[in-house]
Amino acid sequence: MIFASHTPFGRFARQFLESKIAVGAFLVVVLILIVAILAPFIAPQDPYNQATLSLLDARRAPGHVGSGGYSHWLGTDAQGRDLFSAILYGLRISLKMGLLAGAIGLAIGATLGILAAYIGGRVEAVIMRIVDLQLSFPPILLALVLVALLGQGETQLIAALIAAQYAYFARTAFGAASAERSKDYIEAANATPLSQVRIVFRHLLPNCMPPLIVVATVQVANSIALEATLSFLGLGLPVTEPSLGMLISNGFPYMMSGRYWISVYPGFALIILIVSINLVGDQVRDQLNPRLRR
Amino acid sequence: MSDAFLSLDTISKRFSPKITLGDRIALKLGASVDTRSVHAVEQVSLTVRKGETLGLVGESGCGKSTLGRIAAGILEPTEGNATLENKPLMEEGRKATLRVQTVFQDPFASLDPRMRIGDIIAEGPIVHGLTTKNEAPSYVKGWMERVGLDPSFVDRYPHQFSGGQRQRVAIARALAMQPDLLICDEPVASLDVSIQAQIINVFLKLREELKITCVFISHDLGVIRHVSNRVAVMYLGRIVEIGETETVYQNPKHPYTQALLDSVPKLVLEDDTLVEFTAISGEIPSPLDPPKGCSFNPRCDHVMERCLREVPGLIPVDGEQEAACFLNQKEETE
Amino acid sequence: MTEPILEVTDLCTHFFTQDGVVKAVDGVSFSLKPGQILGLVGESGSGKTVTGFSLLGLVDPPGRIVSGSVKLAGEDMAKLSQKQLRQLRGRRISMVFQDPMMTLNPVLTVGEQIDLAIRAHNKMNKTQARELATAALTRVGIPDAETRLDSYPHEFSGGMRQRVAVAIAMIHSPDIIVADEPTTALDVSIQAQILHEMRNLARESGTALIWISHDLATVSSLAERLMVMYAGKIVEEGPTAAVLRNPRHPYTQGLLNSLPAMAEPGHPLQQISGSTPSLLALPPGCPFAQRCPNAQSACEEEVPLVQEGESAYRCHFPIGGTA
Repeated sequence: MIFASHTPFGRFARQFLESKIAVGAFLVVVLILIVAILAPFIAPQDPYNQATLSLLDARRAPGHVGSGGYSHWLGTDAQGRDLFSAILYGLRISLKMGLLAGAIGLAIGATLGILAAYIGGRVEAVIMRIVDLQLSFPPILLALVLVALLGQGETQLIAALIAAQYAYFARTAFGAASAERSKDYIEAANATPLSQVRIVFRHLLPNCMPPLIVVATVQVANSIALEATLSFLGLGLPVTEPSLGMLISNGFPYMMSGRYWISVYPGFALIILIVSINLVGDQVRDQLNPRLRR
Repeated sequence: MSDAFLSLDTISKRFSPKITLGDRIALKLGASVDTRSVHAVEQVSLTVRKGETLGLVGESGCGKSTLGRIAAGILEPTEGNATLENKPLMEEGRKATLRVQTVFQDPFASLDPRMRIGDIIAEGPIVHGLTTKNEAPSYVKGWMERVGLDPSFVDRYPHQFSGGQRQRVAIARALAMQPDLLICDEPVASLDVSIQAQIINVFLKLREELKITCVFISHDLGVIRHVSNRVAVMYLGRIVEIGETETVYQNPKHPYTQALLDSVPKLVLEDDTLVEFTAISGEIPSPLDPPKGCSFNPRCDHVMERCLREVPGLIPVDGEQEAACFLNQKEETE
Repeated sequence: MTEPILEVTDLCTHFFTQDGVVKAVDGVSFSLKPGQILGLVGESGSGKTVTGFSLLGLVDPPGRIVSGSVKLAGEDMAKLSQKQLRQLRGRRISMVFQDPMMTLNPVLTVGEQIDLAIRAHNKMNKTQARELATAALTRVGIPDAETRLDSYPHEFSGGMRQRVAVAIAMIHSPDIIVADEPTTALDVSIQAQILHEMRNLARESGTALIWISHDLATVSSLAERLMVMYAGKIVEEGPTAAVLRNPRHPYTQGLLNSLPAMAEPGHPLQQISGSTPSLLALPPGCPFAQRCPNAQSACEEEVPLVQEGESAYRCHFPIGGTA
């Protein structure tokens, strides 16, 4: 057995391995991650180096052997860019945005939620009412407004994504921490006594992680989708860093003229990525949800 | 009393419902919002002497656990003082002493599920300088052996243990802090009978070895009789009777104590005897709305007119035995 | 002699989990006469609750009754369809749980629930059903039953809720009620009330009662016959007082001795060492052998149930020697 069954992680991993779909999805996510990280070494072309592009290769169908001497397996776009290479780089950017926004959103949201639950009273009221207010807005609207206010750029976009997502983490962390806080082991820690900081970070936080991890996987997928939407609408990253959303958007005018591949293949890449992350997230949620536990 | 070790002086604890903004609006609009507070503990004075075990017994909702938490220094009384050798148990809302430690009822909830047994036992002692990080393994090993746990289990997680073993871990955690006073809050209530006996034996053995003072809280009259030198019976937030355990059990002076002792099922070893179940009539009143006068008056067989008006205080009956019932006073005055 | 109302023969209920087969109930046989009260005693994991569930056909996957028969008035329940079982449950055999909220629906008033229970098996109009419901609540000692019908379960105290659950279980005067730790969650002063009511109900209506509990004292004051279960098997059975006076199986003896009442106050209790074995890895032969003070090598072999008058025990080296 690879995973020892006596650690909480080992038990979790063993159960995870039993779901074929989840393991498949997990492998796809890992594969995409590897491919995205190694994109400069795998991609036949640097899609953003204007010098390597040739307009002669523009809008070629999949399988066309271009002027570079290699076959464009997924075709080329309007600038003669190899789509396979563009998708690899696009995945890289999408993943980076999703993971960064997810991680920072988790840190901010979890801190706020746990503090609200642990301190209670006024602090809880203020934090949670703001969070509730924000949860009542559609995240896309909030992100749009923020991008309009902050302007375009990578930092601004991440800020907008975080602002649109952190409330979910805060709400989840608050719920988990409120439940854990009233448990006897927290009272036992107070009865020793241990310091407040120690109780929050050594006892409360680790026990609030399971639901937060579930939300984190879903929110990474949501961030990627949200970023793609913004990019599709032209409000995302600058043209020098085209993400999957922008690739889809670029190919959109050619859809009707039969050059489907320019939009469709980046679209497939986006769907596979989001669906895989969500499948992994579903399994994690099922395993961590005590109601569904066998 | 001069020999008081732990002293609880006219302690009251009320839990008021949180009035949220929503409730306030609802009140303004004329809705009825329950703003009554729960009187969990009412005017309890109690001393525990060095080296003795005081049993605290009562039914659910009588306030014994709340009183235990006040004695453990983890709950601040609304009124009154809780002191250990004249030093307050709490300061600024935080526990201010290491000399009191607690064993909780549910060993499945009182151990952090994400920590290894060794870390659970060692955490407090390391933080408070009772041992060092380097010496912790042997320190933990010593305590595990004392409570009857195999020291090789030190790296296991709580879920790998049975309820009885977990309760041993909880006892080791509390004792590793080297307390002078141990509060046991229903430590055997969630255990099977045969395991319960094991834990009681561990408790008896360590109490002897460490010469530790204890407050033992339980709803089980049999367990209390077995472990405690003195017993305090609680009903609806008040102590209704207190005294030497055997005296109280053999000659209860409060009608509630009498009825409670009568209603405990006893082992029947004769054939064809039809045991009469003697129940206390009625229900335990809500602590939100305790009856006027003596709180036992709606269920008491001996209720007098005076019981409906006045709250009886603890009246000395016989030596150390005290009972909060006017019946005892009448005998004396006549 | 009256015919038994319930005959259980070699009942085996196993759970097929990922980690292996859990033999929760492994070869349990007993019979029950009308109006008889049978005490089923054991610790957690002994299979006493699963036995109760098996009698009502309420075992959910991955659990399954793998063999044996449960005959209710001569009819084998194992051969019945789910629909036929539903016809029996509530009418001929019913259950009272430790937590009354297992039976009660929090969003319906008590009256509506009793009404549903009544009309599941009886055709009658609302007024008649309400009269019957009022009578049922009065019978279990709920004061002011008529008005209490319109209350929701949360408006009742724990003891009152358990009475409602008992009233629902009793409504069709079933042949058998299986009561699974019905007073464990209740305070002693309330427990005595429920014990009193249930015994009277059993006596008046001729309903047989299977009282599942971990508490020897309660069972001894209520049940005529006693069965002690350990790790899925009945280790000892017989007339309650006789078994408790003179236990033959070391486990029964151990259970009795570990009661605080059996030792001088302040002195160590006689404890059973070790803990209940995992049902996944039961040793061959007697499951109690590892914890037993009298165990010998013969205990690794299968132990048959030894009949002795009205009693029976499952031990090679019974206390007091073999007859």
